[in-house]
Amino acid sequence: MRPLVEWLQANVAALKGVPPDVLYLLLLLVGALIVINFVAISAMFFIWLERKVSAHIQNRYGPMLVGGWHGWAQSIADGIKLLQKEDIIPAGADRTLFRMAPFIVFVGSFAAFAALPFGAGLIVSDLNIGLFYILAVTSLVVVGILMAGWASNNKWALLGAMRAAAQIVSYEIPVGLTLLTVVIMAGSLSLVEISRLQEGIHPLFRVAAGGYVIGLPNWFVLQSPFTFVAFFLYFTASLAEVNRTPFDIPEAESELVAGYHTEYSGMRFSFFFLAEYADMFLVSAVAVMLFLGGWQGFAGPQFLLGTAAFILKAYLLVFVQMWVRWTLPRLRVDQLMDVCWKVLLPLAFVNLLGTGAWMLA
Amino acid sequence: MVTEFAGVLVFIIVGILFLAISLLLARLFRPHHPTPAKLSTYECGEQPVGQAWIRFNNRFYLIALVFIIFDVEIMFLYPWGAAFRELVAKNLGLYAFIDMVVFIGILLVGLAYVWRKGDLAWIKPQQRF
Repeated sequence: MRPLVEWLQANVAALKGVPPDVLYLLLLLVGALIVINFVAISAMFFIWLERKVSAHIQNRYGPMLVGGWHGWAQSIADGIKLLQKEDIIPAGADRTLFRMAPFIVFVGSFAAFAALPFGAGLIVSDLNIGLFYILAVTSLVVVGILMAGWASNNKWALLGAMRAAAQIVSYEIPVGLTLLTVVIMAGSLSLVEISRLQEGIHPLFRVAAGGYVIGLPNWFVLQSPFTFVAFFLYFTASLAEVNRTPFDIPEAESELVAGYHTEYSGMRFSFFFLAEYADMFLVSAVAVMLFLGGWQGFAGPQFLLGTAAFILKAYLLVFVQMWVRWTLPRLRVDQLMDVCWKVLLPLAFVNLLGTGAWMLA
Repeated sequence: MVTEFAGVLVFIIVGILFLAISLLLARLFRPHHPTPAKLSTYECGEQPVGQAWIRFNNRFYLIALVFIIFDVEIMFLYPWGAAFRELVAKNLGLYAFIDMVVFIGILLVGLAYVWRKGDLAWIKPQQRF
């Protein structure tokens, strides 16, 4: 954003007198508005896509009527419906916490988008600790979920929130350790820097023929066997981070009604939904940034094609999340904790030490 | 001088405003007819029995305790990870690596202890030692 401020002041006569900091803050505001629209539209698209994916996996059609072509406007219609729904706060609930919870859950996942590069130079805040910041701020979601479950004064909600909290905090550790393998390889916590290091064609898996070089991309997932394993460990753990099947016992509808948002209705419910789908995009985007080359992928001007490559790869991973959800059954709560502490965590540690040794060799 | 972190604050404010404005907007459209039955706690159509604010299974707190230890550890590992490449370039790599092996080793002993003690199992087995 800073280079843009300088460029604007140098080239637009009307902005010359404006203090740079004021202009910078205005640009940040514009950036935030663009990103929030992107998040909302992506979430609506994912909700529609999820219904279509689940339908086709189960050999049915899903929404077909609203909007004409394959029910593309279904999510918009649902949004308008939710806007008109009565907002019920149960008499027994803790009203303040009940109202605060959706805000914390949504802001916790939305604030992470500030440090996410959408393309070469297309980043709102290029933090030098970008990855660390994203890990930290998404942890806020747990607080919001616990708040929602506790404030509802409902047994399903409380049980769901407790399970969600135990699950999300447990799986944060494998997530942190697997992302660390890439940090070790890159020597940086800045997402822009990590993405830049994955430019070009892989030094080993390449063929040079007639002046052209063809080969696999130089993505971190292919740079060492340990990052390759780390990618799959991260993806598994991130499914649990966002409460997706097979790790969705916090909202297992067959035993807990709807989990921590059982008592929420109308718009407040939709915020939880929005945050969940925003989170799905976020964990996929982090996987793309760290393991799958970020905005690298298409040759040509990186400004537009890079953004397209990044969003395409992230959407593809979101699709894989849906695919997994509608294919696998859900785990039991004790199996869930076992997978985290007894399988993923030791593997992540071995992987981490392996990466260290790989760097020395 | 406004730093890069200003963007984070702007995002938090925009996020809060987005939710607040959509709630206000919804207030124009939505009905509001509360009845005692509607406001009662949902328990699958039954009359709610007691409160949900009760004592709770302490499995969750044990997991939380183990989590805090490992999370603090990850917090220490990140600066090490970010600096490791530079240390390797300066030929201090082996030294840094052994340092971290010792650090992780101590924590793995802790993990092994918790594991052996049965505190990682959701249904805790009988005390074995």
